[in-house]
Amino acid sequence: MILNVARTALLGLRRDRGALALSFALPIAFFTVFALIFGGSRDTTPRVTLIVVDEDKSEASQELVRALERDNSLWVHRTPVTKKGEPSGPEYTAATAEAAVRAGDAPVAIVIPQGYGQNPVAFGPSSKGAQIQLLYDASDQVAPQLVNGLLQKAAMTSMPASLAEQGMKVSGEYIGGYTAEQTRRMQQNLADLRAAVARREAERRSGTAPGDDEGAGGGVIAVNRRAVVGENKPNPMIAFYAAAFGVMFLMWTSSGTAGALLDEAESGTLDRVLSSRVSMSTLLAGKMTFAILLAFTQLVVMFVFGWLVFRVDLPHHIPGFVVMGLSTSFAVAAFGMLLASLCHTRAQLAALSTLVIMTMSVVGGSMFPRYFMPEAMQKAGLLTINAWAIDGFTKVFWRDLPVMDLWPQVSVLLAVGVALFLIARRVARRWEVA
Amino acid sequence: MVSGEKPGVSKPLEIERLVKRFGDLTAVNDVSLEVRAGECLGLLGPNGAGKSTLIRSIVGRVIPDAGRVAVFGAAAGSTEARMALGWVPQELAIYPRISCGENLGAFGRYYGLKGQALKEAIQWCLHWAALEDRSGELARNLSGGMKRRLNMAAGMLHRPKVLLFDEPTVGVDPQSRNRIFEMIAALRDEGAAVIYTTHYMEEAERLCEQIAIIDHGRIIAAGTKEELVRGAFGTRSQVLARFSGSEAAIGEWTERHGGRMVDGTAEFTIEQAAEIPRLLDDASRAGLELKDVSLRRPNLESVFLHLTGRELRE
Repeated sequence: MILNVARTALLGLRRDRGALALSFALPIAFFTVFALIFGGSRDTTPRVTLIVVDEDKSEASQELVRALERDNSLWVHRTPVTKKGEPSGPEYTAATAEAAVRAGDAPVAIVIPQGYGQNPVAFGPSSKGAQIQLLYDASDQVAPQLVNGLLQKAAMTSMPASLAEQGMKVSGEYIGGYTAEQTRRMQQNLADLRAAVARREAERRSGTAPGDDEGAGGGVIAVNRRAVVGENKPNPMIAFYAAAFGVMFLMWTSSGTAGALLDEAESGTLDRVLSSRVSMSTLLAGKMTFAILLAFTQLVVMFVFGWLVFRVDLPHHIPGFVVMGLSTSFAVAAFGMLLASLCHTRAQLAALSTLVIMTMSVVGGSMFPRYFMPEAMQKAGLLTINAWAIDGFTKVFWRDLPVMDLWPQVSVLLAVGVALFLIARRVARRWEVA
Repeated sequence: MVSGEKPGVSKPLEIERLVKRFGDLTAVNDVSLEVRAGECLGLLGPNGAGKSTLIRSIVGRVIPDAGRVAVFGAAAGSTEARMALGWVPQELAIYPRISCGENLGAFGRYYGLKGQALKEAIQWCLHWAALEDRSGELARNLSGGMKRRLNMAAGMLHRPKVLLFDEPTVGVDPQSRNRIFEMIAALRDEGAAVIYTTHYMEEAERLCEQIAIIDHGRIIAAGTKEELVRGAFGTRSQVLARFSGSEAAIGEWTERHGGRMVDGTAEFTIEQAAEIPRLLDDASRAGLELKDVSLRRPNLESVFLHLTGRELRE
């Protein structure tokens, strides 16, 4: 009898070929997506974009910048990125670098101030020299830590002469000064060390140098860290997660709402409605309007809850929230309509929704921030509604940008919504007449 | 069929040489019909005969491969035709999770009703379907018969002049069935043109003055019940006799005398009642023991059997 029950269930699944195919495609698709993100092939380590401002232009500061430029973990920019073929603009200044971080062009900037080269290494009683300023966007929890660590690494591996000189200076102060002979030998050794560093730099440029992974340590360069975005946020990541998870759940809701079309088609209600004065376009538009309102209401509830419980600053961001909320709801509702119109049964819709929504949520940054992902995956994220919605909400709640600055995200979301709706309308022709 | 149409006034429903194919299957094959105001046309045929496809062609939900459907002169699918038609599909095409009143409100709005007109339409439909005390009840909680009546009421909100009932009594108990007949008769008597599809002969006989028998997508006979019976059997009657004994022997004897076996009963068509004693004597001589015998006028079932060689409910 148990086998009979199982056999009947199997027959049902076999008849619904779409659901059958998706039930096997689903795990494979998820496996592929996660393998791409976390599988970690050699070149997939995400690089951090770093803006560097060298106000010192000393030998030590230039050595430091060169060491950072050589590091495979960083994209170092001294000038704003320009389109291919265009001449680079003026070098970043401390002010323009800070503005760039605020605007989200880069998660971190360092400013090497004038006078840094006189005391590049921070230890001993003379460690009161100019400190490197590390300006960062607190929404990215990885990049500032990474840059800080790489700064220390650069000091250890690229500035041995500076380290030695500073160490000797400090020792001299502790022991009451060196003899003339000691000072002469010390200068000689430092010169040799600098020559060795220069030689190694030349070898590296000619491609004959070994890897630069030797050396480690921390804290030898004094860094003054300062969050230039989100510094005064009471609960920094909550707005991000409200948007990230919100978009994902909106997708589920919209897909479920649009799934009513399948129920109505199966029960014959759709036929009856279409035999009245309601056309298919009107019907889809009506369903989509409901889905938009439901999605927007969900967002409102979620952010009000976030405001009341987690101190998300909703009251000061209402215009941006409304603009982003409606744009996101529009795109997500159209997405749901398309999914439903592509499917023939609820089982197919459930499987397809799971596949597409989970994939988009992973790639688009709803599960975890996109800056964790490899470069290619970050770019792929831009093909998802999630990424654009999250970017928009981040601009509103994190960067405090004005509504006008949301135009790229709003434009993309609206365009995506219109396109998906038109495709859904085209696919829905199968319901119109036989 | 029914006369009395004014010249120059479009007929409620005209179907001319309609053909609809689905791949190799011809679901509707060269069908021509017309229905006039105050007339109920019964579309009688077994399951799969093409009744629902024909109805869906009238509503505009199926695009025919050939032929024409006109509702008061307007093409099927046009706004004018939609507004003149009231379609009650075979399925329960209602929203189960909202109440009766809300269902009627929704469908009324889909037909463009609003305000007081909508309220009045809802009240009229609730009254017509005897669901006044169920207005606030969720549709899914109604009994089977009530759901059927709500399904019918949802197609009547805009007070259409041409009504299409596609097997509205499927799965309904006898009491609710009677109620449904009364509802349809009331609309017909008010002057609506009605098409009623069924595979129950009794329903067609009870409700419809005109009957069209459809099989394999083709209208094989049309007229009043009497016309159909006369056309198939003339003035002949049917003798129904049951015998005890071997089924094979009974079948062989029946066939030898030009009759046929239907559900264990031997059926013969005779011109005069005087033929009955001769038939029974012969049975007796063949060793068959008579259990009972009756004489009747052929009915629509007999007509269908006569025309197709199959029973209506096969």
